Amino acid sequence: MAESKELLHDQYANILRAYLEEQSEQGLYYAQQFSKRVLEEQISPEEVVSLHLEVLEEFFPELPKGAHESFELLLEVMMGYGLAYREHQSLRDKTKELEAEINVAANMQQTFLPDEIPHVNGLDVGVLSVPASKMSGDYYHFVKDDHDCVGLAIADIIGKGIPAALCMSMIKYTMDSYPEQRLQPGALLENVNRVVEQNIASNMFITMMYGSYDSRSHQFNYAGAGHEPGFYYKAAEDTFEELHAKGIVLGIKRNTNYKEYQLTVDPGDFVVLLSDGVTECRTDDGFIEREAITRLIRTYQHLPAQEIVNHVFYELERAQGFQLRDDFTLIILRRNV
Amino acid sequence: MNLSTEVIEKADKKKILRVAGEVDAYTAPELKANLNPLTEEEGVEVIVDLTDVSYIDSTGLGIFIGALKSAENHGATLRLTGLNERVKRLFTITGLDEVITIDDENTEEAK
Repeated sequence: MAESKELLHDQYANILRAYLEEQSEQGLYYAQQFSKRVLEEQISPEEVVSLHLEVLEEFFPELPKGAHESFELLLEVMMGYGLAYREHQSLRDKTKELEAEINVAANMQQTFLPDEIPHVNGLDVGVLSVPASKMSGDYYHFVKDDHDCVGLAIADIIGKGIPAALCMSMIKYTMDSYPEQRLQPGALLENVNRVVEQNIASNMFITMMYGSYDSRSHQFNYAGAGHEPGFYYKAAEDTFEELHAKGIVLGIKRNTNYKEYQLTVDPGDFVVLLSDGVTECRTDDGFIEREAITRLIRTYQHLPAQEIVNHVFYELERAQGFQLRDDFTLIILRRNV
Repeated sequence: MNLSTEVIEKADKKKILRVAGEVDAYTAPELKANLNPLTEEEGVEVIVDLTDVSYIDSTGLGIFIGALKSAENHGATLRLTGLNERVKRLFTITGLDEVITIDDENTEEAK
C-alpha cells in the first residue's frame, strides 16, 4: 500500500512537472489517465488534494503566504466529497450484488413456466409472456394427457416484481401436485383457492382462468377466478365474443364455488387468454380499448397462433414506447381442423 | 401519477376518506397508510369516496381488500362510493364486489 502511494506520488509529480513546463493537451490527457487510476485504486478526493499539496511544496518550498493554509481549507471541503464518494462506491457494490441475486431468481422463475408448448393434432397454440421488469407476476401452465386433452391456465398475481414472483411458486407447486389426469376447471380453481387463501397476505390475491380442451369432442370447458376476460373468436360468424367466467379472485374467500362454462369449438374458432398487462396498455392518448386488441388480432389472424401473439405484442409494446408498465401474457388456442 | 387523500369526520362513528388521483403500485402505500388506521376503531363506518379517482390497478384493489379485512377484524364497516365505469368494471370482473359494499350512486353524505 505504502509502495503504491509512493508510486502514485512519483507519477503525479511527473505529470505536474511536465504540465507546469508546458501546458499541453498531452498534459491534460495524462491528468485524465491519472484520475482513472486513482478511481480504480479507490483513492478519495481529499487524498488527491493532499497529494497535490505535497508535490507542490516539493517543487516550490517557498509557497506564498497562506497557500498552504488555503489547501488545508480545501482538504476540509473535499472530505465531505470523499465520504459521499465512498458511500457511492459501497452502494454500487451492493447494487451489483442485488442485481446478481435478482438475475438468479429471475432465471429460477423461468423454470416455473413451461419450456415448450404441447403439440396436439389439429390444435395451433401460441404463447408469449413478457415481464415488465425482471421478475414476472404472470403465470401460465399447460398440461396434456394421454387422450390429447389439453389443460391451460393463466394467472396474474397482484402487483409485480419479487413479491408476485414468490407467490407464483405457490401456484406452480399447487398445480403440479394434481395428478396427471385432467381436473375439471371449476374443481381445480376451488382447490387452488383453498391453498392460496391459507398462504397469502391479506392484501394479496391472484386472478386465474383455467380451461381444458378435449380434442376428441372439441369441447372447451373453463372457469375463472376474477381474471381479465379473454376473447372467443367464432369463425362461422367472424366475430369476437368476450370470454368471461364469473368468480371471485383466489385468496379471499375460503369456500368458493367456481362456475364452469362450456363451448363447442368449431374449425377456425379460437380462444384468446390474456393478462391485464395486455388490456391495460396505456399510450399517450390514454388506455387502449379492448376492441383495439381484437382489431390487432384480426390483422394477423391469417398467421399461425405463435406469430399472431408475437405481432400483437410488438404492436402494443410499440404503442407504449417500448416500455411495458405491466407484465404481459397472451395465449391463443385455435382449432385448425 | 399523484394521489391525494383527505379525511372528513362526519359524525362520531362515521369517517369519509376522499381520494383523488390514481391508485397504482406507486401510490398504493400512501392510500394504505391513510385508509387502514380509519378501519381500526370498533363500530366506525368508513366510506371511501372515489369520485376523483380515475384509475385503480390490482395493487390498489389489494389495499381495499386489506382494509376490508382490517375493518372486519376491528368490528368496523367499509363502503366504497363514487366509482367511475373503469374502476367499477375492475371490482366486477374480480368478483370483489361480492365482498366489498359498493354504492351504486354517490351517497349524499359523501357529496
